[in-house]
Amino acid sequence: MSLSVDVHHRLGSFEIEAAFESSGRLTALFGPSGSGKSTLVNLIAGLMRPDRGYVTFGDRTLVDTGQRIFLPPYRRRIGYVFQDARLFPHFTVSQNLRYGRFFTPAAKRYADFDHVVELLGLGNLLERRPSLLSGGEKQRVAIGRALIASPRLILMDEPLASLDDARKAEILPYIERLRDESRIPIVYVSHSLAEVTRLATDVVVMSAGRVAAAGPAVAVLSRMDLLPDEDRDEAGTLIEFAVTGHEDEFGLTVLHSQGGEWRVPRIEVSAGGSVRARVRARDVMIATEEPRGISALNVLPGLVAEVSAGERSDALVAIDCGGDRILARVTRRSLAGLGLEPGRRVFAVVKAVAFDKGSTARRAPPGSVAAGEGR
Amino acid sequence: MEWLDLSPDEWNAVRLSIKVSAWATLFSLPIGIFVAYLLARRNFPGKWLLNGVVHLPLILPPVVTGYLLLLTFGRRGPAGVFLEEYFGIVFAFRWTGAALACGVMAFPLMVRAIRLSIEAVDRRLEAAAGTLGAAPAWVFATVTLPLILPGVIAGMILAFAKAMGEFGATITFVSNIPGETQTLPSAIYTFTQVPGGDMGALRLTLVSIAIAMTALAASEFFARRVSRRLDLE
Repeated sequence: MSLSVDVHHRLGSFEIEAAFESSGRLTALFGPSGSGKSTLVNLIAGLMRPDRGYVTFGDRTLVDTGQRIFLPPYRRRIGYVFQDARLFPHFTVSQNLRYGRFFTPAAKRYADFDHVVELLGLGNLLERRPSLLSGGEKQRVAIGRALIASPRLILMDEPLASLDDARKAEILPYIERLRDESRIPIVYVSHSLAEVTRLATDVVVMSAGRVAAAGPAVAVLSRMDLLPDEDRDEAGTLIEFAVTGHEDEFGLTVLHSQGGEWRVPRIEVSAGGSVRARVRARDVMIATEEPRGISALNVLPGLVAEVSAGERSDALVAIDCGGDRILARVTRRSLAGLGLEPGRRVFAVVKAVAFDKGSTARRAPPGSVAAGEGR
Repeated sequence: MEWLDLSPDEWNAVRLSIKVSAWATLFSLPIGIFVAYLLARRNFPGKWLLNGVVHLPLILPPVVTGYLLLLTFGRRGPAGVFLEEYFGIVFAFRWTGAALACGVMAFPLMVRAIRLSIEAVDRRLEAAAGTLGAAPAWVFATVTLPLILPGVIAGMILAFAKAMGEFGATITFVSNIPGETQTLPSAIYTFTQVPGGDMGALRLTLVSIAIAMTALAASEFFARRVSRRLDLE
């Protein structure tokens, strides 16, 4: 089921002019604060009305100023998980969870209460009042509340932004399960590269109210020009791997990508499964001859595809390793000393320990969300 | 303690006062919530005028309010004639008129309390309810109303207490007829005007105090209960 947005909206001096289309399982709206991500989801939810433009989902027009169509939020059946949970303080958790279900026509209720409670681990919270929940618990209840209303689409507006790292780590797996097990597409707003890397199947990059890039996560997240300034250090590429086995003796997992064989710290995915990981440019070294006697476990031959020297001491080099694009951040001195230029044969060297929990994730099963479900 | 026993006439005044105040409060409640909602949430031409009219009884001398009621709802007043002709409702010199006068006088207090609590409601919760499929009327019934309940209760108690004490507008509009329009304050006033009425006035004064204290305690009780339910943070 495809979400299609083309809107123009002015808020004071801020102008949003955005168009994108996505049929991914989890589409991340990614960009720095103030780039218009939240406005965009409010326009999709119907909490705001665009000055001009349209939003359609599947075969349904949610708003179209040209045709004078505006479906109010309560008729859109779009679940919304707010940054600040917004649980009803006068209801128990259980009543909060069942709230939306009451308004969903019986024939369209596909969500199973018990299943959602189990999925989000809410079993022992049901009789509590929202004021007695921790931040992470509140957010899980908010996700459950949106799910049990049997929405056709779920919007999540920085659902983890107000939580500390431990709480984030507590919720991320639930969102992953949601993405992989339910058939409801998710639009996920975030300014965190780590979250987007881990969750997104598709990415829409927002910048100053405009869409800077949109497409499959692997393609978009590998483009070096799209990162917000504060994430320059995080520049890198997203690579998809097949798990070929584990080396239990050393606690490693062996992966295979188009570029060759990789060894990374053990990942709990069995052989045959697939994972993806972000390889940060600053973790990649370049050698012009095959290195020997080196501790790094991952050495991949490739050709320099692109070189972009930075303003200061550094430069980014894109290496094509049999179809995988790997970015390396090196000094300009090395660039000159090694004579790195497009077409040159090189070896990309990556330490196994550069792969950490934050950069590696189980991959979403292939295929976009099937039409006909969750309507 | 025999001096504390109320005479039948005095009992009548007490019962009548409670009846009049209860009706005044209950009848003005839905209108009060509606007007408070309009004033708190909506912008419309003439909002200042509505706000002014609602608050007028608070500022005008009660006698003036009573006289205006007499002019409009009296036997020959336009509204009075209309209501009698089509609905058979008569206000003039009846207990219903006393209830009307008390309701009008208490209305601004009730609206104020409810309006303040509506303004304090987190509208983001209402937006959340909307995304869960609740149409505006449902949002009001399931989110807004429960959240403003403490304010509504406070408004009702205030209105009831005000109605119990209303004197000027009532006596001007429906006079001081024992058994029909003689409420507690009117009865106390009458006692003070006749020789030897001191004990009667004192007895009714004690009754007034008792009723007021009970109302206050009840309002505290309900407000506490509701707010305990709402946040334990």
